[in-house]
Amino acid sequence: MKTIEILVIGGGPAGLCAAISAASLGAKVLIVERDEIPGGQLVKQTHKFFGSEKQYAGDRGIHIGQMLVENAQNDPNIEIWHASTVLSIYEDGVVTVEHEEKHTKVKPEKIIVATGAAENFLGFPGNDMPGVYGAGAVQTLMNVAGVMPAKRVLMIGAGNIGLIVAYQLKQAGVEVAAVIRRSPVIDGYLVHASKIQRAAIPILTRHTILHAYGDGKVEGAVIVKVGEDKKPIPGQEIDIKCDAICLAVGLSPLTELCWQAGCKMAYISELSGHVPIVDDNLETTVKGIYCAGDVSGVEEASSAMVEGRLAGVSAALSLGYGKGAAIGLQKEAQKELRQLRDGPMGNHIRKGLAKMEHNRL
Amino acid sequence: MLLNDGIPRAEDLAKVTPTDERLKKGPVVIVECFQEIPCDPCVKACKRGAITMPGGINDIPLVDFDLCNGCSLCISMCPGLAIFVVDKTWSEDRARVLIPYEYLPVPEVGQSVTGMDRAGKELGSFEVVKVNSGGKKNKTWTISIAVPQELAMEVRGINV
Repeated sequence: MKTIEILVIGGGPAGLCAAISAASLGAKVLIVERDEIPGGQLVKQTHKFFGSEKQYAGDRGIHIGQMLVENAQNDPNIEIWHASTVLSIYEDGVVTVEHEEKHTKVKPEKIIVATGAAENFLGFPGNDMPGVYGAGAVQTLMNVAGVMPAKRVLMIGAGNIGLIVAYQLKQAGVEVAAVIRRSPVIDGYLVHASKIQRAAIPILTRHTILHAYGDGKVEGAVIVKVGEDKKPIPGQEIDIKCDAICLAVGLSPLTELCWQAGCKMAYISELSGHVPIVDDNLETTVKGIYCAGDVSGVEEASSAMVEGRLAGVSAALSLGYGKGAAIGLQKEAQKELRQLRDGPMGNHIRKGLAKMEHNRL
Repeated sequence: MLLNDGIPRAEDLAKVTPTDERLKKGPVVIVECFQEIPCDPCVKACKRGAITMPGGINDIPLVDFDLCNGCSLCISMCPGLAIFVVDKTWSEDRARVLIPYEYLPVPEVGQSVTGMDRAGKELGSFEVVKVNSGGKKNKTWTISIAVPQELAMEVRGINV
């Protein structure tokens, strides 16, 4: 059985930042990453990040990912297992991992769960046909594998992911027929929306998909305008020819390990689903288990990175590392998170966190 | 409106457009960022302190048009590709519009490209007069095109 001071589950932006900050205070860290390469979603984010300098704003996600992975790889206090999947967290604190095709046991003193989130699916007739993709898959095909996913795409969802992936499709030479969203208001950043409108990609709010059609694969979709009641308006159908339908309809936190570990959970819609209840330093109700990133509430990657830093510092401090510096680092990260969530785009997160605080009692 | 389709309207643009008097003095920045989002690289990009966010990173960028000299450094620093520079003094009949660009192919000086408005409508064919690379890491190009004076506030995209 392998023993380690801090086990970080997930090598995305939150997990990498957690490991780097904990290791910088002296803790010995093991990152377990399911994918072949660490970096999480950053490996396909070819656009520039928002936020401020401390969250690497203005740098492209892919470059931030490379930098974090290099920092982690060059840190003697950090070990990375890739292509390894955490299977379970047992009552006695033993964690089982599928590593190098073996069932392996790890006994960490502290655990940071940074498992991220999974894409939501959408129910409509024809959604089981080849050609219906999640936005993440389209981004992986284009930006990681260099494969053109389709010739003409219908994008469902006008959050940041839908808008950004539509832009990246256009950059890759794929035509985007339209970006549609049922609600009347675009919920991603308007600068992304303006950028794709300038590129002649129409954004149709108050529109939803009725069904996809095709002979064994997607050849088109029928969309329809919806009324104030969000119900389709008869006669307002539009037939859109496309060979792919891309779904960007939200994410749900990947919380299985938190449930299994016995963390107190709550359904908080503003945080995108069931989430573990955490305190100000991101510790769950199970002492020694921390959470960072989308697993405890879906947000932008900039917040995930700061949360990772906070969880890493907190876990290291609880092991006795960084006395003197750690409390200042925690306060700094908490302040950055407050700033990132301070504006109107952070309204739902603030509301969700207020509910979380209520659930702590 | 902007919130429904992402296309800025006259009432939005009025808030970020310099006076005619300022436009007559030389190149000047137009920051078409209308939403309070947590983002501030434009503030750091301006060496003259012309772009500020007094209330913090969720502020809408505040531009001092008298401090701005239209240097265009901020264009490729904006993650939202929302910053443009307009120079109405470029020639008598033509203005120069500087546009951020992240597609391929990258146009060359002297080439004609299609100019588009904020809704993606084609406005005509215009000459590329300058091409600036954002650098290996930044990768956002700044493309200067010469457009008729009356289109200086309309052309915001190009198709090569």
